[in-house]
Amino acid sequence: MAAKLRAPGFYRAGIMMLGGVALATGLTWLVRMTTGHATYSHYLSGDAILSVSLLAVPLAFLIGIGGFDYWFYWAAGRPTRPEDHSGHGAYSWKDYFRVNTDHKVIGVQYTVSSFFFLLVGGLIAMLMRAQLAQPGSHFVDANTFNGLFSVHASLLIFLFIIPVFAGLANFVLPLMIGAPDMAFPRLNALSFWLLPVAGALMLGSFFAPGGAFADGWTAYAPLSDNAPIGQTFFSVAVQFAGASSIMTALNFLVTIITMRAPGMSFFRMPLLVWANFATSLLVVIATPFIAASQFFVLLDRALGFNFFNAAHGGDVLMYQHVFWFYSHPAVYIMMLPGFGIISEIIAVKARKPIFGYRMMAFSLLAIVALGFTVWAHHMFTSGMAAWIRIPMAITTAIIAVPTGIKIFSWLATLWRGVLHLDTPMLFALGFLTTFTLGGISGVMLAMVPFDIHVSATYFIVAHIHYVLFGGSLMTIFAGVYYWFPKMTGRMYDERLGKWHFWATFIFVNLTFGPMHILGLQGMPRRVSTYAAKFTDLNLFISLASFGLGLSTLVFFYNIVTSWRGGPRAIPNPWRGMTLEWQVSSPPPIFNFDRVPTVVGGPYEYGVPGAVHGIFAPAPAPAAAGAAASVVRAPSQ
Amino acid sequence: MTSRRSLALASVAAVVAVAIAVAISFWIHWFPAQATTQAQNTDRLYHVLVLASIPIFVLVVTVILYSVWQFRMKPGEELKDGPPIHGNTRLEVFWTAIPTVLLLGIVGYSFVVLRNNEKKPAREIQIGVTAQQFAWTYQYPPSVTGGAPLNSTQLYVPKGESVEFSLRSKDVIHAFWIPAFRVQEDVVPGITTHWRATPIRLGSYPVVCNLLCGLGHSLMRSTVHVVTPAQFHAWITSQQSAAASGAGGLSTTGAATG
Ligand code: HEM
Ligand SMILES: [Cu+2]
Ligand SMILES: [Cu+2]
Repeated sequence: MAAKLRAPGFYRAGIMMLGGVALATGLTWLVRMTTGHATYSHYLSGDAILSVSLLAVPLAFLIGIGGFDYWFYWAAGRPTRPEDHSGHGAYSWKDYFRVNTDHKVIGVQYTVSSFFFLLVGGLIAMLMRAQLAQPGSHFVDANTFNGLFSVHASLLIFLFIIPVFAGLANFVLPLMIGAPDMAFPRLNALSFWLLPVAGALMLGSFFAPGGAFADGWTAYAPLSDNAPIGQTFFSVAVQFAGASSIMTALNFLVTIITMRAPGMSFFRMPLLVWANFATSLLVVIATPFIAASQFFVLLDRALGFNFFNAAHGGDVLMYQHVFWFYSHPAVYIMMLPGFGIISEIIAVKARKPIFGYRMMAFSLLAIVALGFTVWAHHMFTSGMAAWIRIPMAITTAIIAVPTGIKIFSWLATLWRGVLHLDTPMLFALGFLTTFTLGGISGVMLAMVPFDIHVSATYFIVAHIHYVLFGGSLMTIFAGVYYWFPKMTGRMYDERLGKWHFWATFIFVNLTFGPMHILGLQGMPRRVSTYAAKFTDLNLFISLASFGLGLSTLVFFYNIVTSWRGGPRAIPNPWRGMTLEWQVSSPPPIFNFDRVPTVVGGPYEYGVPGAVHGIFAPAPAPAAAGAAASVVRAPSQ
Repeated sequence: MTSRRSLALASVAAVVAVAIAVAISFWIHWFPAQATTQAQNTDRLYHVLVLASIPIFVLVVTVILYSVWQFRMKPGEELKDGPPIHGNTRLEVFWTAIPTVLLLGIVGYSFVVLRNNEKKPAREIQIGVTAQQFAWTYQYPPSVTGGAPLNSTQLYVPKGESVEFSLRSKDVIHAFWIPAFRVQEDVVPGITTHWRATPIRLGSYPVVCNLLCGLGHSLMRSTVHVVTPAQFHAWITSQQSAAASGAGGLSTTGAATG
């Protein structure tokens, strides 16, 4: 028993978490006592203990589960066993529930837990649409409703779309560049374990006194400054989710820069790798800003800093500038990896090279650069200085150009190809359609006089769901189906996949299309009831949204049953050229039993005799278990 | 079907689709009542945007559907690849340059609309708007009342005169939005924000708080009454005498000072 409590794992984590609560209690008691503030009627304050616990308990959990063990050993001067791969790979399902350094295990951990949050976030959306089916309904009260849409958006942004892309890339990217693992496997493991922490905090806020955080995912101050304690759950959760993003992005950057297989120059990288390179640049530069914005709120709330208290010289608009300096780039963080997925799928399924490969890479970099110059288009009606609208509207219009280039390049890749219209491809084509609509409404929103009418209305809700559901989520579904054989070693059910696609495609448009009209007609977003004239459309939307919710169940059913009992997958079911398809499904424990050498571009379909990578001559193929000895070990 | 014939067919289908979509775009009632000159300008901008977007969207969908129709894998082609076309610089320059020009064009047009909408006219009246969780109050200064300033929970504006609203908040951020006017701006604690509009249509229209401000946000509504200048002045006078005599005015003035 004692050994169990000392070894990294859930038991030790539980003990440490209790220690975290004790620490928070002691610390706040000590500080309140020593400062002896006159207004403190007693030294123990529930809010203070809870606030400090929100930081201490998750950290204690991470230490307990073993996320920091290696570094602690190293810092304490104990032997660190750098070549010990005891934490690498999964031999039973239990290995998915511990700190694991194998990027393939981490990729699955990321993807599966993100989809859990999709399920929860989707259920919350169903509750919201139930409330909105009728005006003046009392399905939930106003406070609960505000909590529902806030948690819905925060979960789906910070715990679904952003991490699921990181998860898919975690699995595929090292394989694609011919690397045995990520550059920093232990950091990679820690990044993953930060996510359940962030998710637990967000969901846990429902049980906080005063209810869940209820100021939207944007958490505008000063409303968030004075909200009940649930808001602190959000501010802290964002720190953990943000730290996770930054660590993973750093890991991707270093992996891409230093661990490409021999012969893989930048312009021989698959576009998914390019896309994650671009995304990671956005993440490392932008994410500290949202962390800062939430720290400001935290300090305002806990210690009365008055950053956003106008009565004491605070600057309310500053919050929005800092917030959007992250959150606009964040919309591309939520889109560029999807662009990468679509490029892979369209090239393979149309059996043609990507049309204008270099422009595809450059347009990603253009989006990264321009993405930092448009943030105030979210503030056209905020009361900021009027002139800022002019340059921001121009850059916002211009950022549509690289996006357009990508769409045209995909269309040209389809042209004269041999189209395999299976599930991943259907989702890719569906993505092209709905995302184009979302891009068009985005360009409309760049037009200041028009935005002045529709900002913060259901038109915005329509826009973001066209780009995020019709865009990002379609690419995620496409990617999951596409790499499912590689990740699980099984094939999914094609017929169910097609049903899932058509149901998704139809219900997305039925659900989010009419929202444009609601917004133009004058319905604000984030309301729990509305004027009678909006009743019919809202009822229609609610019904359609239930259809959309059900369509997701088809997906989950397909994935679960196929994973358990689908037909075995061959190494390369799609006849792809990129390196991940040149190894078994699922790949060997250290990815490549022989180090690949890249000799050509990644999409040379139709070029007679072309190959992307070859396996250099190596000693006789080693058995999977002994493979560790013949490959480069992951560097520290 | 030969590829030339199928291309011709697809082009015809695309043109028909554009025509139908344009017709539908005129048939749909996109907006509520058009109650200001600003609304006229903004709605026109919107229609231009829709007309410009339809051909682009139809082009994308046509290419997709045409590819699905003509290039889908046929039995026996399981191992066939497409032609190895890597790109075409002329085409790529073309589809970079044309959208750039188009986008700069419409953004330029939107700036013209913006300037017209926000231009300060020679004559203008001022009305103050105060937001507070979860109600609106309105301040009519002496320049409007011709006497003592007036606080009211009701919003009356004269038809045909430009009104500049000065927005102040007592607590958190709200947004003062009149959908029929097509204008909104946030009401921000610590600063005064403004917007103007010229009502041109008599009637009563909803005033909506359009920024999440707390529990009562969904119900933070008011009404704007666009009346003739004569009715406007009659209303001001009646309010002032009510305020002076105490009885009816208590609630309105009370709300504004509270
Ligand atoms: C052609 C490219 C795009 C343009 C020009 C564009 C433009 C805009 C503008 C001007 C707004 C602010 C509207 C307002 O609040 O008044 C906006 C909001 C938003 N956009 Fe886009 N957008 C584009 C693509 C995207 C993409 C790719 C995503 C994400 C995948 C995205 C996600 C969002 C979100 C989440 C919001 C709302 C944020 C909020 O207020 O909660 N957009 N967009
Ligand atoms: Cu943006
Ligand atoms: Cu409000």
